Amino acid sequence: MQLAVLSGFVVAGFAPLFHRWFGDRASFVLAAYPAALALWFLSQLPAVMAGETLVFAMQWVPSLGMSLTFVIDGLSLLFALLVTGIGSLVLVYAGGYLKGHPDLMRFHLAILAFMVSMLGLVLADSLFTLFVFWELTSITSYLLIGFNHNDLEARKSARQGLFVTVAGGLALMAGLTMLGVAGESWSLRELNAMGDVLREHSLYTALLVCVLIGAFTKSAQFPFHFWLPNAMAAPTPVSAYLHSATMVKAGIYLLARLQPSLGGTEMWTVTLSVVGALTMFTGAFLAIRHTNIKKLLAYSTIMALGTLTMLLGIGTEGAMIAFVTFLLAHALYKGSLFMVAGVLDHETGTKDVTAMGGLRHTMPLTAAVACIAALSLAGVPPLFGFIGKELMFESVLEVSAWRWLIMLLAFSATALTIVVAAIVALRPFFGQRRETPRVAHEAPTSMLIGPAVLAILSLLFGLVPVLAGSGLLAAAASAVAGTSVEVKLSLWHGVNLPLLMSLASLALGYLLFKRWDRIRARLACLDPLLSRGPEAGYDALMDGVVVISEWQTRVLQNGYMRNYIMVMIVTLIALVGNSLLLRHAPQFHIALDVQFHEAVVVGIMVMAALFATIARSRLGAVVSVGIMGFSIALIFILFSAPDLAITQLLVETLTVILLVLVLFRLPRFSSLSTPLERVRDVVVAGSLGTLITLLVLTSWSIDQFVPISDYMIANSATLAHGRNIVNVILVDYRALDTLGEIFVLALAAIGVFAMLKLRAPEKPKNSAPAKENADG
Amino acid sequence: MVKSGTIILNTAARLLMPLQLLFSVFLLLRGHDEPGGGFIAGLVAAGAFTLYLFAFGVSATKEVLRMLDPRDLIGMGLLLGMISVVPAWFVGDPFLTAQWWTIPGIGFKASTPLIFDIGVYLAVLGSVLTMVMTLMEVDKDEP
Repeated sequence: MQLAVLSGFVVAGFAPLFHRWFGDRASFVLAAYPAALALWFLSQLPAVMAGETLVFAMQWVPSLGMSLTFVIDGLSLLFALLVTGIGSLVLVYAGGYLKGHPDLMRFHLAILAFMVSMLGLVLADSLFTLFVFWELTSITSYLLIGFNHNDLEARKSARQGLFVTVAGGLALMAGLTMLGVAGESWSLRELNAMGDVLREHSLYTALLVCVLIGAFTKSAQFPFHFWLPNAMAAPTPVSAYLHSATMVKAGIYLLARLQPSLGGTEMWTVTLSVVGALTMFTGAFLAIRHTNIKKLLAYSTIMALGTLTMLLGIGTEGAMIAFVTFLLAHALYKGSLFMVAGVLDHETGTKDVTAMGGLRHTMPLTAAVACIAALSLAGVPPLFGFIGKELMFESVLEVSAWRWLIMLLAFSATALTIVVAAIVALRPFFGQRRETPRVAHEAPTSMLIGPAVLAILSLLFGLVPVLAGSGLLAAAASAVAGTSVEVKLSLWHGVNLPLLMSLASLALGYLLFKRWDRIRARLACLDPLLSRGPEAGYDALMDGVVVISEWQTRVLQNGYMRNYIMVMIVTLIALVGNSLLLRHAPQFHIALDVQFHEAVVVGIMVMAALFATIARSRLGAVVSVGIMGFSIALIFILFSAPDLAITQLLVETLTVILLVLVLFRLPRFSSLSTPLERVRDVVVAGSLGTLITLLVLTSWSIDQFVPISDYMIANSATLAHGRNIVNVILVDYRALDTLGEIFVLALAAIGVFAMLKLRAPEKPKNSAPAKENADG
Repeated sequence: MVKSGTIILNTAARLLMPLQLLFSVFLLLRGHDEPGGGFIAGLVAAGAFTLYLFAFGVSATKEVLRMLDPRDLIGMGLLLGMISVVPAWFVGDPFLTAQWWTIPGIGFKASTPLIFDIGVYLAVLGSVLTMVMTLMEVDKDEP
C-alpha cells in the first residue's frame, strides 16, 4: 500500500517519457494512476464504514522511531478519495486546458508529485512522516504556482505562498515536536487516545499555538489569507486542485486529525471559532470587490476554509457532521467552478466577469454545469451545498462563547457568498451577449468531464443524501469526533431557525447581487485601507529582510580576508574563553620534562613564528611559516605519530607550493595598517595564542572522560581488520566525517576553479550583451 | 613560472614521477595496517604531478593525464566514497558499516573501507591538482 502510493513519485519521474510516447494525450494516460488509486480507496469503504481502522504498518528509520505507517480511517479515506478522485479529473482537464503547452510534462511531474505528497499527508500516522509530506506539498505547490515562470507576478506569488506556508511549517515542526514530547509518542493514533493527558500538559498552550500557526498559514486563515488569491497566478487546473480542493485543506485536515487529542479546551474553541468566523467574513467580503473570476472564487474559498475552521472550533457532534458535509460539498462545487472558470478563460480569453455575457447560447453545457455548481455554492435546495449550509447554521446556533459575533459573521458571509455564486453563474452566461477577446466555442470534452462529474455529484448527494451521509461521512465525522457518530442527512428539516436564516441570506444575497456594480464602486474607497492589510505587513517584512542582509553583507561579508579571520578569531576567543575561564577555573600542573633536542625544535618554532610576523617580504613570511610546519612534523615524529608526520609534511609542502603560486598574483608588499590596527592585531593574535595554550594545558590535566582511543586501539584489529588506528578511524570508525571532509575538499577545489576560471570578462571585447544570468 | 626548464629538475621529475605514483599506490594499499592511507597517498600523488607541472608546465602535464581532467577525478572519488556506503544496505547493517570479503584464490581482502580509501585518494588528488593547475593556468593567461 505504501509502495502503491509512493510509486506515484516514480510515475511522476516517468512523466516526460509518457510525453514522448503519447504526446498531448499523456494526461489521459497519467490520469489512470490516480483513478486506480481512487477505485482502490473506494473498495476499502465497506470496511471503514463498519468502523474499522485499517493500518498498514511499515518501518522507515526504526532507530529514530520514524515509521511510514499509513492509516485509513473515515477522515483519511474522505481526503484520500478527494485527492485521488479530483486528481484524476483534474489531470484529464489539464490535458485539454494546457494542450500544446511546451511545459506540459513539467506540469505533470509537479502535479503528480504533489498528489502523492498530499496522499502521504492524509494517510500518515507518524508525526515525522506527516511533516515531511506537509513540506513536500508546500514545495510542489511553489513549483505549480510559479509554473508560468516567465511571468514576474507568478514568480512573486509563488515565493509568497512558499514563504508563508513554509514559515508556518517551521512553527508546525516546533508544535509537532512538542506534541510528540508531551505525549511521549510520535504516532497520531496513540496521541489521539490520550487527549486528557495532553490537554493537562504544561506544554499544551505552546504546542497549540505552534500547531495553529502551521495550520492557519497552510489553510489561508486570517491574517495569513493573502497568499491564496495571489496563488491564482497558477494555471487553472492547479487552482482547482491545490488551492481549493486539496492542499489548502491540509491545515484543516491537521486540525481535524488533532481534534480528539487537542480539541475541546476553551482556548481551542474560542481561537478556532473566532478566527474561522473572521476568515469567513473577510473572504466573502473581499470576494465581491473583484471582477476577476478566479479571484472571486479564491476569496470564496477562503470563506469556506474559515467555515471549516469555525466548525472544528465549535466542536459539538453536530458541528462535526456539518464539518465533513461542508468539506465534501465545498470540494465538489468549488473544484467544478474553478474548472468552469478555466473553461471561460480558455474559450473567451478573459477572466473578467464583467466582460462576458450571454455565453449560454454558445456554451450550453458549460453554462449548465456552472449553474448547478453555483447553486450548490449558494446553498440552494436540492443541492448538496444546501445541506452543508443548513448544518453549519445549526452548529452556529449551538455556540456558547462569542455567540452573536459568530452568528453575525456567519450570516453575512453566507449572504455574500450567494452574491459570489450569482456573479459566477449569471454574469458570464446570461444577460446581454458581449464581445470577448476570443470568439467563444463550447469547451472540448476533456475539459467538461471534470466539472460535469463534480457538479452531478453535488446534485446527486443533494437529492439522495443517504449516499454520502450514512457511509463515508459518518465514518469521517466519527474519526474527527473521536467517538462514533450517527449521520442522518436530509434536505427537509422542517421550518426552523436555520431554514429561516437560509431564506433570509438568499434574499439578502439576491438584493446585494442586483446592486453589485454600485457596491463595488462604493467599496473602491476602501482600497487605501485594505492596501495596509496583512499583505503589506508581509511586504514590509520581506523588505526588512533584504535591508538587513544588505547591511550584514556590507559589515560581515565585505570580501576582506583579514576581516573574516578577525571575526572568526574574536568569536572563538569570546565563546571558548568564556566557557574556559568562567565555567571551569583553569587548573593545570606543568611537569617540565623536556629533552634537549625537543627544546631545540621548540626554539626553532618560536623563532620562525616571530620572524613570520616581522618579515618584510611575503616569501620570507611563507618560508618561516613553512619552517613552523616542518618543525611540527618533527615533533610528531619525536612522539611517534608517523601518519600525522607524513600528512603534516605533505600538506606543508603543498601549502608552500600553493602560496608561492598565489604570491605572484598579489600586488607589491606594502604596509597599509596604522599603528593602532597593529596593536589591535597583536592583542587579538596574542589572546588566541594564550587561549589555545591554556586550552591544551587544561585538557591535558583534566580527564573527565575515559579516552575513546583505548576502545579504538583495543578493537581496531578485531572489528575493523586494521592495525593502523589512524587509518581505521578515517575510513571506518569515522567514515562519515571523512566522507563530509572529501566533499568539503572537492567544494574548495571547485570554488578555486570557479573563481579563477569562470570570471566574467572584465573588459568585454565588443558591446555584445554579456549578461546572461542577470535574472538568475 | 609556467615551467622551469632546468635540466636537473626536468630529469629528476621524469624519473621521480612514476616512482612517486607507485609509492602513493603502495601507501594507499598498506594504509590499513601500516602508516599510509588514502589521504596521504593522495597527497603524494598530487606532489608527483605538481613536480611534473613545475618541470614541464600545464600542457605537458595534461598530456600525461590524457583525457582525465582533475575535476573528473574529484567526481570519481566522491562517487566511490558514496558507493562504499551501499553494500551495508543490502546486508541490513546501519549506514556505512564496513563489509569485508576475501577474494578466493589470491586471498586478497577486499572491503568497503578500501573502496572508500580509494575514493579519498582520488578526491584528494583531484582537488589538489585542480587547485594547482588552475592557479598555474591563470598565470599563463595573463600577459
